[in-house]
Amino acid sequence: MNFQLSSEGQEFVKKELKRYETKESAIIPCLFRVQKENAGWVSPESVGYLSQLMDIPEARINEVFQFYTMFNQVPVGKYHVQVCCNVACCMAGTREIIEEFCKEHNVAEGDVTSDKRFTFTRVECLGACDKAPMMQINDDYYEDLTMDSAKQILRGLK
Amino acid sequence: MAEVKMLTEYYADDSYRGIEGYQAKKGYEMLKKALKMPPAEIVTMVKDSGLRGRGGAGFPTGMKWSFLPNNGEERYLLCNADEGEPCTFKDRMMMERAPHQLIEGMIISAFAVQSKKSYIYIRGEYQYAVKVLEQAIQEAYKAGYLGQNILGSGFSHDMDIYVGAGAYICGEETGMISSLEGLKGQPKLKPPFPAVKGYLRKPTIVNNVETLASVIYILRDGVEAYRKFGTQKSPGTKLFSVSGDVMKPGNYEVPLGYKLKDLIEKECGGLKPGRQLKAVIPGGTSAPVLTAEEANRATLDYECLADMKSMLGSGSIVVIDDSRCMVDMLGVITHFYHHESCGQCTPCREGTGWLNKVVSAIKAGNGTQKDIDTLCKVADNMKGRTICALSDAAALPVLSFVPKFRSEFEYYIREGKSQVRGISYAQMHH
Repeated sequence: MNFQLSSEGQEFVKKELKRYETKESAIIPCLFRVQKENAGWVSPESVGYLSQLMDIPEARINEVFQFYTMFNQVPVGKYHVQVCCNVACCMAGTREIIEEFCKEHNVAEGDVTSDKRFTFTRVECLGACDKAPMMQINDDYYEDLTMDSAKQILRGLK
Repeated sequence: MAEVKMLTEYYADDSYRGIEGYQAKKGYEMLKKALKMPPAEIVTMVKDSGLRGRGGAGFPTGMKWSFLPNNGEERYLLCNADEGEPCTFKDRMMMERAPHQLIEGMIISAFAVQSKKSYIYIRGEYQYAVKVLEQAIQEAYKAGYLGQNILGSGFSHDMDIYVGAGAYICGEETGMISSLEGLKGQPKLKPPFPAVKGYLRKPTIVNNVETLASVIYILRDGVEAYRKFGTQKSPGTKLFSVSGDVMKPGNYEVPLGYKLKDLIEKECGGLKPGRQLKAVIPGGTSAPVLTAEEANRATLDYECLADMKSMLGSGSIVVIDDSRCMVDMLGVITHFYHHESCGQCTPCREGTGWLNKVVSAIKAGNGTQKDIDTLCKVADNMKGRTICALSDAAALPVLSFVPKFRSEFEYYIREGKSQVRGISYAQMHH
């Protein structure tokens, strides 16, 4: 299976390469683009592809890719459910919520459910502590959760 | 009520987000005024205002600006919007509610330091704020506030956004510069400071979102009027993010020097019914925890909290009531710093791991009495020995939680369970 960006994606990379003072600054935005077009994760072969497209060594891209937590190094479900487990959210019960999610969906934290719909991950503070407990599903924040509303939100996803 | 809404005056108004709504509230008027002033005069005003960095370190902003060398090199302005200090959520609100306020503050600051290019480095999780800012920057270009020859002043400035990818360390200014350069977000040795050699080794000013927005009001009201709020050494107002065990968590803008007790009891509606105050983390999780007794006499300014051997930090306040287990709370904090250490310096890379391991062992009921000394010894060895302050930030919570709540740690080790909760966190897979 050969990974390739869509033509819009390739255009995006071209623009990003010229957007900043040095082309290395384009690595992070281009990795985000790859992740978006590769079902939510960055595969080793997509890094190779990006290396050729950007004319930047693979090792150089990997160095950046592996440093930042928002890049997924393994496949994730259609919905990446990131539950904040930092101070204010823990106080509000998020650890109980993620444990219940995993139990209900019979999956370990960080793994993909058998129907490929969910990955549940604990993350650090997402800066919405006044609305704790909270979680992020793909790009969206869900705040002021209760155990019931959290489960309801998952059920409501298509 | 002692809230003073200077920065946040129009935040409840949805139209304030767009350029028309912002201009209707005298938005961009101060930019027009600034462009007619000599840039050095703005720097002097900011210096005289006593404004201190709102991101955490509290360094005097005007002084930072004056470190720029006069060597004709190109200068960069970098807005630190990588709000990552746990329990801080003020910058996100500012960017979402008032993107033009930040942009105006940035253009004025850029003009003051004569920078032609700025970046807003924003954390990747803040997707909504990114969208709001992108649109606002476009609007500002269209209105002629950005680009070539701004409002006919001869001053040109370009602004762009750079979206981070999840790393607390990028909130450290040299880590942020590394990240913007397309590297791992690892901090660099100082000196040289960014003002001398920053982004691409060019002179760079890195300021927090709230700091840059505050510049507008120093210009609007003048130094003397600005200094009417706050204390001699901590002038102005500041946004505080309050979370944890209060009735009304949220962001509150109060003058510096305001009583912490009043903020909790008046603005935040006090504690939950029947609960007693146990502790307060006053400035993000890196700030040493205060006991209830200390919290009750603390004022929210840089000097009072430094006297209490804690810090104002980013202004994020976590209120902890008597239902909380301090061993568990510290475990959450040590986990965070272990996760976020960039791995560059040995004391931090190894130390954060050991702190987390020892606290986790205690939480699992496997602690020994020796662990308390081990924790303090390891934490003590992590202070002041690394390139950046993350190591200290990881050590300080341990060096405050453990001595101030020592009997709780001793109980947990002796009984294998939490004194407060009566259970072991090991049973809860936490």
